[in-house]
Amino acid sequence: MESKTKIRLMQGNEACAEGAVAAGLRFFAGYPITPSTEIAEELAAILPKVGGKFIQMEDEIASISAIIGASLTGVKSMTATSGPGFSLKQESIGFAAIAEVPCVIVNVMRVGPSTGVPTAPSQADVMQARWGTHGDHPVVVLCPTSVAETYTLIVEAFNISERWRIPVVFLMDEGIGHMREKVVIPDSGELKIVNRLRPTCKPEDYLPFDADAGDGVVPPMADFGTGYRYHLTGLTHDRTGFPTTKRPEVDALIRRLCSKIDKAKQEVTFVDEVLTEDADIAVFAYGITARAGAKAVRDARALGISAGLLKAKTLWPFPEEHVERIASKVRAIIVPEMNMGQLVREVERASKGKTKVISLTRVDAEPISPDQILTALKEV
Amino acid sequence: MARPITYYLRADKMPHIWCEGCGHGIVMGAVLRAIDSLDLDKNNVCVVSGIGCASRAPGYLDFDTLHTTHGRALAFATGIKMMKPNLDVIVLAGDGDLAAIGGNHLIHAARRNINVTTICFNNSIYGMTSGQYSPMTPTGKMATTAPYGNIEEPFDLCDLVFAAGASFVGRGTAYHAGPLSRLIAKAIATDGFAFVEAVSQCPTYFGRRNKMRNALVMLDWQKEHAVTKKAASRLSPEEMADKFIIGEIGTRIRPEYTKRYEAIIEAATKETDDNV
Amino acid sequence: MYKEIRLSGTGGQGLILAGIILAEAAGVYDGHEVIQTQSYGPEARGGASRAEVIISDDAIDYPKVTSPDVVLVMSQQACDRYGHQVRPGGIVLVDDTNVSSIPSVEGAAVVTLSITEIARHDVGRQVVANVVALGALVGATGVVTPEAMEQAILARVPRGTEELNMKAFNVGLEKGREARARHETT
Repeated sequence: MESKTKIRLMQGNEACAEGAVAAGLRFFAGYPITPSTEIAEELAAILPKVGGKFIQMEDEIASISAIIGASLTGVKSMTATSGPGFSLKQESIGFAAIAEVPCVIVNVMRVGPSTGVPTAPSQADVMQARWGTHGDHPVVVLCPTSVAETYTLIVEAFNISERWRIPVVFLMDEGIGHMREKVVIPDSGELKIVNRLRPTCKPEDYLPFDADAGDGVVPPMADFGTGYRYHLTGLTHDRTGFPTTKRPEVDALIRRLCSKIDKAKQEVTFVDEVLTEDADIAVFAYGITARAGAKAVRDARALGISAGLLKAKTLWPFPEEHVERIASKVRAIIVPEMNMGQLVREVERASKGKTKVISLTRVDAEPISPDQILTALKEV
Repeated sequence: MARPITYYLRADKMPHIWCEGCGHGIVMGAVLRAIDSLDLDKNNVCVVSGIGCASRAPGYLDFDTLHTTHGRALAFATGIKMMKPNLDVIVLAGDGDLAAIGGNHLIHAARRNINVTTICFNNSIYGMTSGQYSPMTPTGKMATTAPYGNIEEPFDLCDLVFAAGASFVGRGTAYHAGPLSRLIAKAIATDGFAFVEAVSQCPTYFGRRNKMRNALVMLDWQKEHAVTKKAASRLSPEEMADKFIIGEIGTRIRPEYTKRYEAIIEAATKETDDNV
Repeated sequence: MYKEIRLSGTGGQGLILAGIILAEAAGVYDGHEVIQTQSYGPEARGGASRAEVIISDDAIDYPKVTSPDVVLVMSQQACDRYGHQVRPGGIVLVDDTNVSSIPSVEGAAVVTLSITEIARHDVGRQVVANVVALGALVGATGVVTPEAMEQAILARVPRGTEELNMKAFNVGLEKGREARARHETT
């Protein structure tokens, strides 16, 4: 019989906090905001027990700034927030992208814009998560559909962030964040943990932004305080890390940064397919909406409709190959979202006109119901 | 001074970006002389800045250096200091960076009393963006965004930071470079949040618009308007009206933040042990 | 098995904790799949309070309760709002200490029990009314085993209150069984 402590009833936000610690998180800076606050509360209690540290900063901007600073000392770092706070963090997400500092930003989505409905779920930040900060930049966005998945997917968020030296946005929603589900906690040995590549050269030979010293895309990263004495800046910079406005160097930097996503794509794309093999109609869904999607698909099957579900756990890079493959064999793809229709545009783009794409939206602060999707499946 | 100043410089990054007559080089030199006087290990010093003319200083310094976003240097520095408390973390930033966009971080770093030394290069103007008024621009002075004269009153940054809880607060000037360096050394040696306002000059954007035609005139102004605490005590309020105090402004002994956090670790670990 | 359970009443009755304990009994100790959700925000402070649990043998797709099999109502306001929302064949368990206007629901069993009164007099502490309710729920519906519920309660209640809470649970369990039997014979 399995030990009872390995099977727990956990809240989504709790699973996010504990999964992050399992991934190696040792520094968290945050600011209270509904519905993400439980993540900060959990970590305030847990981190000092495992040799980590927690700080409640004076605002959201300070929180993300502090985690970037902490990450430079070689420590896995995270902040968590919701809508308004996520907006405030955008500038520093860009800093993490250009200075290539690994960090994880959790956004437990609530209804916006502005203060909106703090206590109700939404999926209206999916475009902001990708494009919220200014300028071309790499970012990976992951989105769990259950509490158990939150625990394991946040580990992937850290792995991706460390491996590619990019900010990773972990998009939860109020529904997933606050619900409790049974979680079988994986043994620490079962989890694959990735740590950033550190330089092995002598400090005097270290070129902090020379990707050729790594895999051609991601340069090795030295911890502050270990004698490498290097410079980081949010300005465009050359291989030495110092500012440059020389056209070829600016071009090379931006292209290399953005190429991380192309290179990382296979490795960071997590998509589950449910009953898609013989499907002639598909639902594309993510987050809490994928739960309604799964139920609707099963209910449709019971009615003799050959429906299938494409459940995206990686939203960015957008899983276009998966969508295109499905698009080429179904009559239609239904895209239920708790927003005015955001990722449906990506589904349309990836479908390349091979099938009909139908947007199903809900913005009344209630999750999309299985019946709403089932009705759409019946109507197609 | 035991070592030449070039020991601490990234000489290959020169020439610097500062204008002719700018006081920031003098202040940066004072910081390096302070570091040298304390014999700090270069590998153990981390210098953090925000955005602005002063914030370019770290690029020329041979330490681990971090040039961050506008106003947030202290927040980045807080994360660094939290996870590597043994590092000597120094923030170099301008008056716009620290007193305007980063004002919240300044008072909270002081309130926490985290062991970070902050040097404010105060030239009373936004230099990088060509001369807009800052929270440190004196009333009545001209700026590109105060073409009829500044109607706002500046902060007394030292009083503000001390009231917020800093362990050490002082003020110096580019003109009084030697005393400034000794003041900064005391600030770095303080176990807690330490703040030094270094009055600097911007002849290009402040002087030119305010009838101070070059750096020498501005340095003269610093010389004539700076008074020690002792001298100030002998002056009437009227005589003090256009003067400012240099030297140590305030010191106090208060628990330092990262040391306080050690108590949290102890309590949390004890709780874990109790539950085993 | 697939059961939706809704616990409703007012803030301060401990119904959110009751929901968590019920979910742990079902998920951790009985080994079912389980989801627990609750009302949040201003709604959760002072006014109406609601906790929902879904118990299933299979993975649960949709996390929200849509058509409950079991409804516990512990205030008149909750009764007016949720007392009629029950699946045909379901059970509404009414704490008639706090509910004077008892609903009648076609196709569902309405079981009344003076839960708060029992906590006050039979157990001796009104504060354990939520645990009496959990006992009554198990007795009247069998959604989880008594053994699982016992373990779940003991794992959650403050140290030193185990005995009190076990008493509350056992009294509730017995009264719940009686009430159900009484309902079935009438």
